[in-house]
Amino acid sequence: MHTLDTRLKRQNLLDILFRSITRLSAFAVLALLIGIIITLIIGSIPAIQAFGFGFLTSSEWNPVTEQFGALVPIFGTVATATIALLIAIPVSFGIALFLTELSPQWLRRPLGIAIELLAGIPSIIYGMWGLFVFVPLFAEHVEPWINEHLGTLPLISPLFTGPNMGISVLAAGIILAIMVIPFIASVMRDVFDVVPSLLKESAYGLGATTWEVMYQVVLPYTKIGVVGGIMLGLGRALGETMAVTFIIGNAHRLSASLLEPGNSISSALANEFTEAVGDLYTSALIELGLILFFITFVVLSIARFMLFKLAQREGRGA
Amino acid sequence: MSKLNRLLGSIGLTAALLTAGTTFASDITGAGATFPYPVYAKWAEAYKAQTNIGLNYQSIGSGGGIKQIKAKTVNFGATDAPLNVNELGMAGLTQFPTVIGGVVPVINVEGVAPGQLKLTGDTLAGIYLGKITKWNDPKIVADNAGVALPDAGINVVHRADGSGTTFIFVTYLSQVSTDWFRSVGAASAVQWPLGMGGKGNEGVASNVKSIKNSIGYVEYAYALQNKMTYVLLKNRDGQFVKPEDVNFQAAAANAKWKAEEGFYQILTNQPGKSSWPITGATFILMHTSQANSESAKEVLKFFDWAYSNGGKLASDLDYVPLPENVIKMIRDSWKSQIKGADGKAVWK
Repeated sequence: MHTLDTRLKRQNLLDILFRSITRLSAFAVLALLIGIIITLIIGSIPAIQAFGFGFLTSSEWNPVTEQFGALVPIFGTVATATIALLIAIPVSFGIALFLTELSPQWLRRPLGIAIELLAGIPSIIYGMWGLFVFVPLFAEHVEPWINEHLGTLPLISPLFTGPNMGISVLAAGIILAIMVIPFIASVMRDVFDVVPSLLKESAYGLGATTWEVMYQVVLPYTKIGVVGGIMLGLGRALGETMAVTFIIGNAHRLSASLLEPGNSISSALANEFTEAVGDLYTSALIELGLILFFITFVVLSIARFMLFKLAQREGRGA
Repeated sequence: MSKLNRLLGSIGLTAALLTAGTTFASDITGAGATFPYPVYAKWAEAYKAQTNIGLNYQSIGSGGGIKQIKAKTVNFGATDAPLNVNELGMAGLTQFPTVIGGVVPVINVEGVAPGQLKLTGDTLAGIYLGKITKWNDPKIVADNAGVALPDAGINVVHRADGSGTTFIFVTYLSQVSTDWFRSVGAASAVQWPLGMGGKGNEGVASNVKSIKNSIGYVEYAYALQNKMTYVLLKNRDGQFVKPEDVNFQAAAANAKWKAEEGFYQILTNQPGKSSWPITGATFILMHTSQANSESAKEVLKFFDWAYSNGGKLASDLDYVPLPENVIKMIRDSWKSQIKGADGKAVWK
């Protein structure tokens, strides 16, 4: 009896220890997050004091006169990420659909591995490839076509008229799309794979087409996973630095056209931080970092909220 | 703010020390400008072979170099844009140049060979201000009779990152164009009226190479190594000159260096028949009062060695050594400017 008692006690102790360690690890993440926010806020105080809310709406970025505004980089970050998702979501969906439903068995593994390898390529490689290979082709063959066809349409023509230089917000968005596709596609494939075959086969048995099965059975079943995968891609698109820096053109000018060079928050930081002389300049850059943090936070919150609403509506339906 | 900088600095330095591996306590540490990094690295290698004292130089950019030396995390800082005498005095620093380099406008226009296109400073400023937008603008054509210039828009490329190269380039534009001086000014990063930014010299070089009808500006070495189409510029004496090391040296020789002003000298638009107008020196920053005379002495020994023996190594990398008389002035300035904790000169 005595030995059993001590053994139980020891195991209990181990349990407590184990729980504390895991809790500590979890809290460490939280502490790190808060620490980063505090550092960013302290660092950006001089810029906040100097420019206030005008920082968000000003497109000025003049290191000589120390006048700074974040509108151009904010616009560039949001625009490139939006373009990236507009392209990446349908393509990734197609990839995942093909891999889980339509692809012959022998092709699934090589294709799946290829996608995972794409996800592992460092972003600088995408940047170099983009600059040396993609941009010249884009300037030569794609942009003239865009100018000629999309640039003449009513309403959207200002978006698609510009010089045929290749280097542009649009090109950066497309490269970003290529970079986030592997992330979104592999998450989508994984979640599509866990849909019970019973459900799918029942639907097929009722005479549903592949598209109907996908749209009415698989997608509703995997909604949360799919949105999660998209958010993962969006997170990467918002924060991507090197590849964008090479291709976006790094011009602090606001332009309606997606064919003009622009700037993004992360590439402005990467380019200018090392040579930022003077406290106000450095501080303005740190405030840019804070804004990027905030944008990411808001986007993730909106996604969570959407999922929550969806879940609620389902609850009512049932 | 300065606390944060110091923290960031020390983190960077710790990381650098950890990755360096073979760094010893007796090694010299420096940080700053990226432009002279290749030549400092070459000098360090040769110096280590002779003396067994290494140099750990982190090319983190001029802005970073100034912050690091102010925070005293390194033995010396390096910057492309010199600090003026007030800034030096406030931070308790002294400054001296090491090597000279040239900034070269490069173009990509079909049918125009290297050295064929001639530009004046005013025209160059006009292009970068967006006032001259076509290659066959009368202002460009006026200096280029016989060159077939296309009726095409000029695509302007500049540096995206803050850089000493930009500082030298826009300082020149400010000197030759009042419009530029008033509307843009000079700093290591400016608000460009138009164009696109490439990251680093290699970014600008590859943008100019891949975009038709473009113009950009790069370090001489990049223009040379990438076999880019350079242009001839009209200098202060009215001569069209070629970007060449002898012409950079001519610009440096004609400048009036003053040790008491921390050798503050921007070599752009210097007089002289063959002076290349966009020339600049790169500088070293050290504290005037040194807590540790020994380590300061090691730094000066290194640069003393480099001035005596490093000229050939610098030339091999397409940098230009300083003229002999300037080197003598620098050595003299060490004696009068840099003092140890006991108030005695570190360099004798």
